[in-house]
Amino acid sequence: MTKDSKKTLIRVLKYTMPYRAFLIVSIVMAVFQSVLALLLPVLTGDAVDLLLGRGLTDWDSLKVIMTEMIMVTLGQAVCSFLMNTCNNHLTYSTVRDIRKDAMKHIGKLPLSYLDRHPAGELVSRMIADVDQFADGLLMGFTQFFTAVVTIAGTLILMITISPLITAVVVLLTPLSFTVASFIAKRTYRYFKEQSEVRGKQTAIINEMLSQEKTVKAFAYEKRALERFDENNKKLSSVSLQAIFASSLTNPSTRFVNNMVYAAVAFAGSAAVIRGRFTVGKLTAFLSYSTQYTKPFNEISGVVTELQNAIACAERIFELIDAPEETSDNDAMEIDTAEGAVNIEHMSFSYSKEKKLLEDVNINVKPGEHIAIVGPTGCGKTTLINLLMRFYDPDEGFIRLDGTPTTGIKRSSLRRNIGMVLQDTYLKPGTIRDNILMGKNGASEEEMIEAAKKAHSHSFIKQLSDGYDTVIGEDGGMLSQGQKQLICITRLMLALPPMLILDEATSSIDTRTEMRIQKAFGSMMEGRTSFIVAHRLSTIKEADCILVMKDGNIIEQGRHDDLLKHDGFYSRLYKSQFEV
Amino acid sequence: MKSLLKYFKGYRKECIIGPLFKLLEAGFELIIPLVVKQMIDKGIAAGDVFYVLKMAGIMIMLGIIGLICSLTAQYFCARAAVYFAEGVKHDMFERVMKLSYQDTDGIGVSALITRLTSDINALQGGVNMSLRLLLRSPFVVFGAVVTAFTIDVKAACIFAVTVVILTIIVAAVMFITGPGYRAVQERLDKVLLSVRSSLNGVRVIRAFGNEEREFEAFKKENDELNRLQIFTGRISALLNPFTFIVINLGTAWLIWDGALAVDTGRLSRGAVVALVNLMGQILVELIKLANLIVQLSRALACANRIEDLLKKEPSMKEGKTGLKIKGKAPEVIFEDVCMSYAGAGENALEGVSFKADPGSTTGIIGGTGSGKSTMVNLIPRFYDVSSGCVKVDGIDVRELKFADLREAVAVVPQKSVLFEGTIKDNMRLGKEDASDEEIISALKTAQAYDFVMEKEGGLEAPVTQGGDNFSGGQRQRLCIARALVKKPEILIMDDSASALDYATDAALRKAIGEMKDAPTVFIVSQRAASVMHADRIIVLDEGHMAASGTHDELLKSCDIYREIYVSQFGRPEGSD
Repeated sequence: MTKDSKKTLIRVLKYTMPYRAFLIVSIVMAVFQSVLALLLPVLTGDAVDLLLGRGLTDWDSLKVIMTEMIMVTLGQAVCSFLMNTCNNHLTYSTVRDIRKDAMKHIGKLPLSYLDRHPAGELVSRMIADVDQFADGLLMGFTQFFTAVVTIAGTLILMITISPLITAVVVLLTPLSFTVASFIAKRTYRYFKEQSEVRGKQTAIINEMLSQEKTVKAFAYEKRALERFDENNKKLSSVSLQAIFASSLTNPSTRFVNNMVYAAVAFAGSAAVIRGRFTVGKLTAFLSYSTQYTKPFNEISGVVTELQNAIACAERIFELIDAPEETSDNDAMEIDTAEGAVNIEHMSFSYSKEKKLLEDVNINVKPGEHIAIVGPTGCGKTTLINLLMRFYDPDEGFIRLDGTPTTGIKRSSLRRNIGMVLQDTYLKPGTIRDNILMGKNGASEEEMIEAAKKAHSHSFIKQLSDGYDTVIGEDGGMLSQGQKQLICITRLMLALPPMLILDEATSSIDTRTEMRIQKAFGSMMEGRTSFIVAHRLSTIKEADCILVMKDGNIIEQGRHDDLLKHDGFYSRLYKSQFEV
Repeated sequence: MKSLLKYFKGYRKECIIGPLFKLLEAGFELIIPLVVKQMIDKGIAAGDVFYVLKMAGIMIMLGIIGLICSLTAQYFCARAAVYFAEGVKHDMFERVMKLSYQDTDGIGVSALITRLTSDINALQGGVNMSLRLLLRSPFVVFGAVVTAFTIDVKAACIFAVTVVILTIIVAAVMFITGPGYRAVQERLDKVLLSVRSSLNGVRVIRAFGNEEREFEAFKKENDELNRLQIFTGRISALLNPFTFIVINLGTAWLIWDGALAVDTGRLSRGAVVALVNLMGQILVELIKLANLIVQLSRALACANRIEDLLKKEPSMKEGKTGLKIKGKAPEVIFEDVCMSYAGAGENALEGVSFKADPGSTTGIIGGTGSGKSTMVNLIPRFYDVSSGCVKVDGIDVRELKFADLREAVAVVPQKSVLFEGTIKDNMRLGKEDASDEEIISALKTAQAYDFVMEKEGGLEAPVTQGGDNFSGGQRQRLCIARALVKKPEILIMDDSASALDYATDAALRKAIGEMKDAPTVFIVSQRAASVMHADRIIVLDEGHMAASGTHDELLKSCDIYREIYVSQFGRPEGSD
């Protein structure tokens, strides 16, 4: 076992600590049930020794042995049931906790991590890996303790019966162990490889299924299948290696055991012939020699299984260990922001190779409306990422009411800024759930009021279950425009002191939009608002227009001034009527 | 499970050799107690050490042959399981690709992913185990009973009774845990959905400070999964203890009966030892079988779900007619088209009729939910009409081959997505052998050339999953370029310029207008500016065609159109 996997194992053990009661009961029961199980061969052997031949049976002693056998059997069964139940509880609860921690951690990961890792890959870790890990762990716990106790118990009992023959068993069994660990070492690599190729497969499946519309539109099905098949074939060959390698363990160790069995049978029989041993004891010994080696098999089985589980666990822990967002525990809470935003000498880039925003300076007074315009890809979305603290600037500051945003708790900053993005997001659940994301615990009246203002009330009412209509993943049957209306309703309900509208109305028809604009107008009143919009008519009314190009603000000012200036903005404006 | 058996075809050799060798190995194991019996009855009784040694030698021989058999078996079983899974996965993926929009809307993407990943993994494990042990365990049990009969008929009856009781117990536990594991799997789907959704909506969730709530929702699903798992686990935990009780009581009975037999001289002591050993072998096998059954009932639940998916017929039947219009823009006709989505009461489109001439541009404008996207989705047959028909080049699209139809039509969808790979890979989506020149020309038309060239690597620049390393507007332009590389005869832009600024949008339309072999174009938009230069503009209102005509005609005759125009441009010249 490598150092890393040891560390992982210790971490897994730490996770089981809250359930140590189950762990303890499980271990105690494992001891009991193993010891009880060990007594049976002794009893059987004693019984066999009573069978001396025609008319020679000691019936009274036999009756006592029979009663003992029944008692031991029942006791063993109860113990083993308790052990299994505790193990189940332990495993499933541990797995639940790990999933929980992973999910909790995802909530704390910086956007930069989540933007870099495909959702499908993270999902595969959270679901498939954790599942595999549970299987391995369950098997491990159930069998590991029983195995250890059985080995110890058997050893003691065997020595009391015959030290000499015990020596034969003890000398030969390490062979089984060596074989097993030899195989396990080689298997681990294959499992890791299998896990990687499988992760890749999940990513392909995820990509092709979530982008079904594009796949269909380009008749890409065939090539998607080819891509899948290529990976699938690779997975097959990797899996075959992993499965075959790991399945070598059992037959090999079983072979060693059979050798031990033969040796014991020979040595025992020879001892009986010399009169140093009884047939009953030989019977007991023979079953011990299988019992003694079987746990070794099981341990080695567990080792391969655990190795697979550890490979999976490593991938989960890797996720859990990914560095969190910088802590903002020391940062201050703000209540309701005034809305003054000052951006000072701010620079930012997603990757070191390419600068995006450079030395940006903006001053916004409370309640001002800022329109951001510019060709696509000029850094508008990035600016929003920074305002919301999805990312933090590399240099310079964004100040809100004089305080750098990096010194404000993210949660309280975001509570003060409402946002409607171009990519609408609806979570699976009811429409009500989705609207209430804006304000937990809002009353029915508040919600309907907000929906009316956002002009979503009428279409929601027409749905089969109104606000309780369950919408599937990604909005399901709703049109893009309807989805956007629900997102706007969410914001209407939250009504924070500052707003960010990123092309919020791009999928809503102009007539509906006109009504929403009115609602937006009243919502924006007195609120600092940043609007990324392409409709020049709405931008005209802004207090300040930021014209962005290639990550820089190249012009700022009011509509009329910018037109007079006859620069980039005026060209952009005129192009509306150009064609 | 039955319909999945065909995936073993082609691996028949593996499926026979694997279990067969496993059985051979088991057979050799069954001989061992008989060898021990000989040792006791002949060797020990006669004090013949040499005979005992000979018997030990036989045991070692049996062990070596057993090892060879077993290794052979493991290899072939693993092969069969892996290639079985490969075949099933291939067909599943193919089937999923064939399902229509409506079908996948119904099943849900998360559920499909579980089918293709963890379900199939469980099934593969199950198949491997079954091949190895499913035959073996009953064989050993049955073989032990038969061997017992060769030793003593009366004692063998005890074996028979024991085995019958055990069978009943195993069946009962299986009966209860089967549905249990199905429920567990379904709950796992829900946990998966919750994770996916939290990841996809991370920006919105954080913006509204909903992290805690999302986490609570996840926790609820996760806890419920935990409860189900523990419940199901508890029932399957009963299996081993029960087996143990039955076997050991059987052994006790056997010894008692054996004592009577030895006392009357019916049996030898060696025979009783052999019988006890055989009973012990049954126990070992049954414990294996019990574990196997737990795994199998899970695998079986997965198999059923996989089967359901494989049996799911795509709700759309492909036509047989070919479409021969390469390089020649066709006319597109809607004849009294109605369309309603499954489960929706009202028609999304009603009585839409019009004709788009070859090479003409049709603009479609209208309110949210007015049916614009629905209308254009009917042309490449993403959905089917409820009544009426859509004709391309005079042929009903339902009669056309999918490949022909979709090769002729290029759609730039509302939500633009790219695939992982390079820009070039993405550009070749519609035309596998497109040359760099063709790609560059399409990129230029789509106003995407400049920013692509700025990327490190140019055409070879990497695209991450979903195209997340490009901004929304860049993605849209790449998607448009991707459609143009195909050199389609029909080009549909479904509100695909929404993230573009006006200047880019205008330049794009101009460039498309100047293309050689201009396709028949459909532009869906909210912006009057995007459609005003079209040959014909269709104004949709709640699924009906409110009006159609040129910009100038509509400005005069259509209130809805005028309202849209005024809101975006201010008052038109020449009107008051």
